[in-house]
Amino acid sequence: MATAPATHEEHDLGHHEQSFWEKYVFSTDHKVIAMQYMFTGMAMALIGGFFAYAFRMQLAYPGMEVPGWGLVTPNDYNQLVTNHGAIMIFWVAMPVLIAAMGNYLIPLMLGCDDMVFPKLNRLSYQIFLLSAVVLLSSFFVSGGGFGGAWTMYPPLSTKAEYSLTQLGSTIFVVAVALEFVAFLLGGINFITTAMNSRAPGMKLYDVPMVVWMIVVASILFMASVGPLIAGAIMMLFDQNLGTAFFDPDRAGDPILWQHLFWFFGHPEVYVVLLPAMGIVAEIITTFSRKKLFAYRTILYTVFGTGVLSFTVWAHHQFVAGIDPRMAHVFTVTTLLISVPIAEMLFVYIATLYGGSIEYSTPMLWALAFLVEFLIGGVTGIYLGASGGDIYMHDTYFVLAHFHYTFFPIAIIGTYAGVTYWFPKMFGRHMNEFWGKVHFWGTIIPFNGIFIPLFFLGAGGQHRRIADFTVYPELAQMQPWREFATVALLIMLAFQVIFLWNFFYSMFRGRKAEKNPWKANTLEWVAPSPPPHGNFPDGLPTVYRAPYEFSHPDHDEDYWPQNEPPAEQKA
Amino acid sequence: MSGTPIATTRSAAGMPTGKLAVWWLIGSEIVIFGGVLASYIMHRLAHGGWSEEAAHTNTWIGALNTMVLLTSSLSAVLAHQAAEKGDGKKASKLLWATIVGAVTFMIVKAFEWTEEITHGYTIASSTFWSFYYTAAGIHASHVLAGAICMYYVAKSAAKGEHLHRVENVGLYWHFVDVVWIFLFPLLYIAK
Amino acid sequence: MIEQYVPQLSTYAGDIDFVFDLIFYITTGWFILTQGVFFWLMWRFRRQEGVKALYLTGEEKFPKNIVSNAHHAVLVFDVAILVFAVMTWHNVKITLPPAEQTIRVVAQQWAWTFIHPGPDGEIDTADDIAMNDELHVLVDTMYHFKLESRDVLHNFSVPVFRLKQDVIPGRVITGWFKATGTGEHDIQCAEICGIGHGLMPARIFIETHAEHMAWMNRHLPSGVAANDASSTVLAQE
Repeated sequence: MATAPATHEEHDLGHHEQSFWEKYVFSTDHKVIAMQYMFTGMAMALIGGFFAYAFRMQLAYPGMEVPGWGLVTPNDYNQLVTNHGAIMIFWVAMPVLIAAMGNYLIPLMLGCDDMVFPKLNRLSYQIFLLSAVVLLSSFFVSGGGFGGAWTMYPPLSTKAEYSLTQLGSTIFVVAVALEFVAFLLGGINFITTAMNSRAPGMKLYDVPMVVWMIVVASILFMASVGPLIAGAIMMLFDQNLGTAFFDPDRAGDPILWQHLFWFFGHPEVYVVLLPAMGIVAEIITTFSRKKLFAYRTILYTVFGTGVLSFTVWAHHQFVAGIDPRMAHVFTVTTLLISVPIAEMLFVYIATLYGGSIEYSTPMLWALAFLVEFLIGGVTGIYLGASGGDIYMHDTYFVLAHFHYTFFPIAIIGTYAGVTYWFPKMFGRHMNEFWGKVHFWGTIIPFNGIFIPLFFLGAGGQHRRIADFTVYPELAQMQPWREFATVALLIMLAFQVIFLWNFFYSMFRGRKAEKNPWKANTLEWVAPSPPPHGNFPDGLPTVYRAPYEFSHPDHDEDYWPQNEPPAEQKA
Repeated sequence: MSGTPIATTRSAAGMPTGKLAVWWLIGSEIVIFGGVLASYIMHRLAHGGWSEEAAHTNTWIGALNTMVLLTSSLSAVLAHQAAEKGDGKKASKLLWATIVGAVTFMIVKAFEWTEEITHGYTIASSTFWSFYYTAAGIHASHVLAGAICMYYVAKSAAKGEHLHRVENVGLYWHFVDVVWIFLFPLLYIAK
Repeated sequence: MIEQYVPQLSTYAGDIDFVFDLIFYITTGWFILTQGVFFWLMWRFRRQEGVKALYLTGEEKFPKNIVSNAHHAVLVFDVAILVFAVMTWHNVKITLPPAEQTIRVVAQQWAWTFIHPGPDGEIDTADDIAMNDELHVLVDTMYHFKLESRDVLHNFSVPVFRLKQDVIPGRVITGWFKATGTGEHDIQCAEICGIGHGLMPARIFIETHAEHMAWMNRHLPSGVAANDASSTVLAQE
């Protein structure tokens, strides 16, 4: 099949009617693979959310029979928090923000018909799916799933006599390693596509911000995950072959794992942050009808953040027994990284200046992202400053801090992206009214969950403890815990509205035209939803930068990238 | 779906897509091996007594395998040259020579490891031996993967198809070779 | 700010709380300013009939200067925070003032063993007092602690001291504290250590000299004369 239009014609003539399996399960079409990632991620989010519900109920009402789970024993509790963390980061944030958004948007926004390696793309999803199945299977083996925290610190994770989950620990490491392989393959595809397959005329500075961000995120992932893959192999050998890489009893070093883990773990934050920032950039420009303020500055801050993110990892280990002098270095780098991130947020906020802001559902999500992420950002300073971290380390303050970064990223960013591109993905609109109900029903309880946790953390409450009432000082703060749990229940209840809105609109929503938001980027040139091959009228050519809204030389307030300049039109 | 998307045929970066992807693949592999080697070096610097353990490795066998790999890289280069000239048959033959090199490497390795294991130096003996088997093992899996890729490339090159893949697989093979150049002194020579 | 929740009972607790307060005032100021500007922009530039958005590239002086000045100010405030954070860290974790007493803290799944010096004031002698999940220390006394683990990672955390340090098997980690007030407070394990991680609470009893003597006399190992205890420790003063 040589050209995209030919694909389309063939479809219409019905020569090559694809079966259900070919079309939805073993497809190599980037859009189908994106949907596979997205629905798998959503399913995993439901599981991760259910885990959160189970352990929050235990925290608020210790010893209760949690409906749907039963009694949460200390062992259950550890498994729940461990897998909640791992699932939300590796099986929700990454597949939805990077894989689903990346797969869907990169070829469309660059104006090409597919990823450069469609089969590799399919393989990466299949490995990802396998990793999810492997992870979930760990709950059904003897001893149950792994419960040593998503950071898997040895010797707890390597020695079965300590963790009491021999098979569970091994399965957990295997699942995470498989997930990494899936994203390495996907990442190579993303980077190569973005480098090589841009539409004719599209220069590097004409690439939409979200594509840049996903590509930089893929590079960060690729450059940081290697040592952890090596570490995962070493950990598997420690668990099963009797090696002693991390075993202090036999000349191994448990701290080595922490270095390998956090060398990946910190850049990973930016790996998921950047795609969300990219999504927000697309949305705030479109709905404020403004050119992105200082496109290049944003790019430089992204590169700066990316490079710096490799130099901050040991701030997770200030009190972990590393040489205390090292903390000086890592405090400096950690506080330095606040500079590019703050700059990035300032530039986003400055974009609103002089705009004409329409408060649609995607815009509300995008703005909420900035508001909430700022809280996550400033609370990070407390933890990055070595002197303060002596007290704050591993308290609920840390937990509240990173939920104020990860929740905006993984949940708010995803909702922003999904509501914004929904008309493109399914050719129909979501219901605005219920979209806004869902928005407020998520944002308000979200703050209700995590603001109390800052106070609990300041009160000296540590993480991963199943029942705080055994500590006399902490027992009196029980009302805060109940408040957080009730807020969580409310938030979870409101997600039902989203699910209903999502699936109802997919089939019954108002029909969407090609470019319902009047945006400039190339995905809006394709029909909604785009057919296989994406652009039935031929692949587009690019004439200008992606955010030329309200341009003085142009009558309309938007100017699509592919629209030829006036003189060429005539 | 058969056929390649148009996306694959574009090359805005000025490098063919396949070759670009191989470079990124190599980039991601460098950090994996970087992680192993950095861990090895940190461990070795922090703990004494490794040289006595390392004294039991056989430098001559390691040197032999280094020669085998270097020679196989040479035939990979020649295969690339032949492919550039459009001589698929010759490229295929030279790739087969490279595969023979890979297989020889694996056979030598198998004998070497059997010998060491029967003398009681297993992966669980000490941290040095753990690193020895782990690092060389990960490398050997790459040798194997490279050989399998070359088998498919050689098969299609013989028919004159996908000749650009000869260069790509060659690039990967050189990388596998370079990794060994790092492993050989660390595992065998440093005693 | 933290002292409203947890009392400050060590010499460095105040310093650590000061770092927290400093960061609180700086970041909260920034936070309110940024959010204020943000919400003002959202209100001011809401969509209105007939008003077209401006076309700005980011090179125009007016908004650009504000952004870059704000950006430089962030750097300045970062440095201010850094100075105090690093000084506090240096004081707590790098310097090691000479000890008046030394205790040994042994963590295991899932209990703490605290080895106190007996009347002779030294550990690793016959009159050591070992207790499970109870640590008794003298107020206003410079203590060194030696952390050991028998199995996995643990973390010795005493919130009233603002003290936290991982315990690593195979190593002995030494640190210090000097209590400034008396009372019974809580010790937690702050590093996940397996199924019973939540079930290893311990208590710290910070005691005056008389209380400490009384406790010591109750728990002396057999064979050590009770009045030795008071005489030796008193002699040390």
